Amino acid sequence: MRVTVDQDICIASGACVLACPEVFQQDEDGLVVLVTDEPGSELHDAVREAMAACPAAVIEIEE
Amino acid sequence: MRRVVIVGGSAAGLATAEALRRFNFDGEIVIVGDEAEHAYDRPPLSKQLLCGDWDEERAKLMPPARVDRIGAEFRLATRATALWPDDRLIWLHDGGKLAYDELVIATGVRPRSLPATESAPVHVLRTLPDCRRLGAAIREHGRLVIVGAGFIGLEVAATARKLGAEVTVLEPLTAPLASRLGDYTASRLLALHREAGVDLRCGVGVSAITVSETSSGRVVEGVVAAGGSIIESPVVLVAIGCVPNVGWLTGSGLDLADGVGCDAYCRAGPHIWAAGDVARWHHDGLGQSLRIEHRMNANEQATAVAANIMGAARPFTPVPFFWTDHYQTKIQLAGIVAAGAEERAEFADEDSFVRSFWAEGRLIGVLGWNAAKAMMPLRRSLDMTAPVVA
Repeated sequence: MRVTVDQDICIASGACVLACPEVFQQDEDGLVVLVTDEPGSELHDAVREAMAACPAAVIEIEE
Repeated sequence: MRRVVIVGGSAAGLATAEALRRFNFDGEIVIVGDEAEHAYDRPPLSKQLLCGDWDEERAKLMPPARVDRIGAEFRLATRATALWPDDRLIWLHDGGKLAYDELVIATGVRPRSLPATESAPVHVLRTLPDCRRLGAAIREHGRLVIVGAGFIGLEVAATARKLGAEVTVLEPLTAPLASRLGDYTASRLLALHREAGVDLRCGVGVSAITVSETSSGRVVEGVVAAGGSIIESPVVLVAIGCVPNVGWLTGSGLDLADGVGCDAYCRAGPHIWAAGDVARWHHDGLGQSLRIEHRMNANEQATAVAANIMGAARPFTPVPFFWTDHYQTKIQLAGIVAAGAEERAEFADEDSFVRSFWAEGRLIGVLGWNAAKAMMPLRRSLDMTAPVVA
């Protein structure tokens, strides 16, 4: 799985951080920052949950 | 279960479809949407789309490839006109009908009209065509009167100021948004708008819209404030809230008082579910029925509905969340602000602060003003597991 985020459209909801803090964190403005763009398989469900929860379609996943 | 029909093709509808696939539903999904465009995100309508910072492609709800992966059949520009729960079918405006094994109602809300002004050519803001019309009018006239100082009204005020327009906002409440943000933050927000040059008049209702007939049709001339004063403007936006789109469900037997009434699982009836702005459901933790018109809830509730359709049997007990952006300021609130809740200042900087809301010693709400990251630890401590007694 490869994860990408578009910080330009991020509205800093933090939904991704709450769903999967191992992969998604926030910068000082609250905008998403990726911890890793290739998360291990044990995190894949949480990453999909984060993508679904994001209210701005910031996260893209390539499976 | 072979077919799930989702009525409503915007945030909640699309998210339900995607979640069904994520939970391994491999039957048919049919999405019926009354708008002609493929789903776009509504928050940018009052901000980036209105001022032209974004083109419309950027505001699509999902990239086309992601939509395609869902493998749903779309019936766009199609209105559902009736529901027959005993036959498990819905009727469509073109005379057709659709049978379902499970039905998801996600028909959202529409803008409320000012009483007695339904025929006046005022603006509302809910759809992409609304946004295109409003943006063109603001640019043409450089003048805007907004009726209603709620989140949408004020976000548009900020955007219109950015476009260099003269903006007046009329609001009947003397302290608008205090019940949503707490007194302190509501005051700060109103001050922010006044500092930006918005003529913001609270405690002023609107009793009429003045209209004249011209060779190009009826045009708005201005508004008559309660009390008689006239504020002239060829562009008037009415932003006084929304009403749920449940008219098509009349006669279906569903509870339609303020949205579609649902139980704790977001179930409205046998094989019938509701999600998003239109859904009123019982929040088991807070012990009350809620209908949340915030963007964040659409995805969360859609996921809950999809899971429950697939047998999860989990009550939907979210921590409500919303954001609203004005000028350079980002405001976010997680949890609830209940009347009578104690409000505390958690931390404050030059242009950033966090406030917390407490009831019976429990943290029930956290607000951040330019503090998205700073409020996160408190967000994790929010307690939505017990009723908040007013």
